[in-house]
Amino acid sequence: MFSFCFDPASLDGLAWMACYLTTGKHMAIYTSLFTVLLLLAITAPSALLFGFLGASSARSPFPPISWIGKAYIAIVRGVPDIAFFLFFVIALDQLFEWIRHEIKCPEWTESIWQGNDFVVCDIAKLPLGNAPQWVHETYGFFLAVLTFAIVFGAFAANVLYGAMRAVPQPQLETAEAYGMTRRQVFWRILVPQMWVFALPGLSNLWMVLIKATPLLFLLGVEDIVYWARELGGAKTARFTDYPHGDWRMWYFLALLIFYLLFTRVSEIVLDKLMLKLTHGQATLAGEAQRKAAA
Amino acid sequence: MKSILLGTAALAITASVAFAGSHSVVRMGTEGAYPPYNFINDAGEVDGFERELGDELCARAELTCEWVTNEWDSIIPNLVSGNYDTIIAGMSITDERDEVIDFTQNYTQPDPSSYLALDGTDVDFEGGVIAAQANTIQAAFIASSGATLVEFATPDETIAAVRSGEADAVLADDAYLRPIADENADLVLLDKQELIGGGVGMGVRESDTELKEKFNAAIQSMKDDGSLNALLEKWEIGPGF
Repeated sequence: MFSFCFDPASLDGLAWMACYLTTGKHMAIYTSLFTVLLLLAITAPSALLFGFLGASSARSPFPPISWIGKAYIAIVRGVPDIAFFLFFVIALDQLFEWIRHEIKCPEWTESIWQGNDFVVCDIAKLPLGNAPQWVHETYGFFLAVLTFAIVFGAFAANVLYGAMRAVPQPQLETAEAYGMTRRQVFWRILVPQMWVFALPGLSNLWMVLIKATPLLFLLGVEDIVYWARELGGAKTARFTDYPHGDWRMWYFLALLIFYLLFTRVSEIVLDKLMLKLTHGQATLAGEAQRKAAA
Repeated sequence: MKSILLGTAALAITASVAFAGSHSVVRMGTEGAYPPYNFINDAGEVDGFERELGDELCARAELTCEWVTNEWDSIIPNLVSGNYDTIIAGMSITDERDEVIDFTQNYTQPDPSSYLALDGTDVDFEGGVIAAQANTIQAAFIASSGATLVEFATPDETIAAVRSGEADAVLADDAYLRPIADENADLVLLDKQELIGGGVGMGVRESDTELKEKFNAAIQSMKDDGSLNALLEKWEIGPGF
């Protein structure tokens, strides 16, 4: 990157380090950092949405909808994450391709399973076989987001389901006594008040989600852990301008610091949010706030 | 980053052959962690013997190729489910793999596998602890030899295991171990070698005979005009043809 980097072997100390840390390969690890942050930024709200849908359908008065919600929560929470991740990405991908195959190639007579091979017609492939690599990577990324959202959505649903039941029943009854419909009670009384009960559980989930991002690598997305392992591995001088021994420890140390800082910042933000949400609530913390102000 | 379209020269040739069968772009799957066969260079691109070979084969077969990396453990399942079209990752042709996928003809001679150990260790080949990368011919060999096998997901970790004393020695392709032994005074290659495997070939889906034939023809033409031998010599991979 820098002009003095054309002969790294002649450099030492800081100059060597400056060149080493700005190779194209290191740029890849910096980019993957943003991949992880982007994943979190998209996954967290979508998991919350899945959770909200799951929780509200689980407490639906109409049994079939309630069963669906409860089954979703129970199944996803009960299956090991890794099994789910490995299964889902392959199964989802093949399901999408099979649906496209049925729609786009009705004249296809051969089976889609030929021995070990899963074969769909070319125009049904997702993404198309001739699409550029970034399309393949983006598609893989969104499969990962979807999988994360489904898995963490189930946990969020359970938290929200509990939070909805924690809102004092008399408040809901009072609202009904004032003539509100079920829908109005739900949106105006229940939802605004449930967050204070949900936040401790949700913040826990957020922490777990941050730490779960290395699972991305299982899904074929090259995340920071993959690059840390690849960059940290011993390099021989024949194949690189920057030979070094086994430096994985240092790369993983950097990862450790990154994740610690990230969770610490999250904790601070979540604490502030909690303070805001408790304000005026009929909880112990809300009561303490009222007394302190008085 | 890690996937680059072929050079413009190759593009110019292939642009006119859009009718190149069902594969307008052939996705080449590799591991990127096994020098000199394939590795990620400083620029973050796939490099090595197989990169050069693959680019040349694609030019000869008049195909547009794109490079994709995938970890070794799931490299066959991802080929079979269609995430890429070929495996070009130093994969030895074995009967076991041949049941699941098809191979082109070999483009390297069977490369002897060597043992790498810390200088001065006395390795017990029957009862000792030997490291190998998971799902390789070397791992299968040790498993049947009586020694205790410890497997790792990447080749790099097998070397680290020898360094840390977790394993007495590591068994891997000679071409991979030799540069490591050359540059590290504390690691030596042992005299004992094993002749396993039937040479390295490209893996393709069993249903993809058209692509297999194209690559077979290209490999044959490289064998015939000696350019394959030149590449093997350049990257110091086993004997030529």
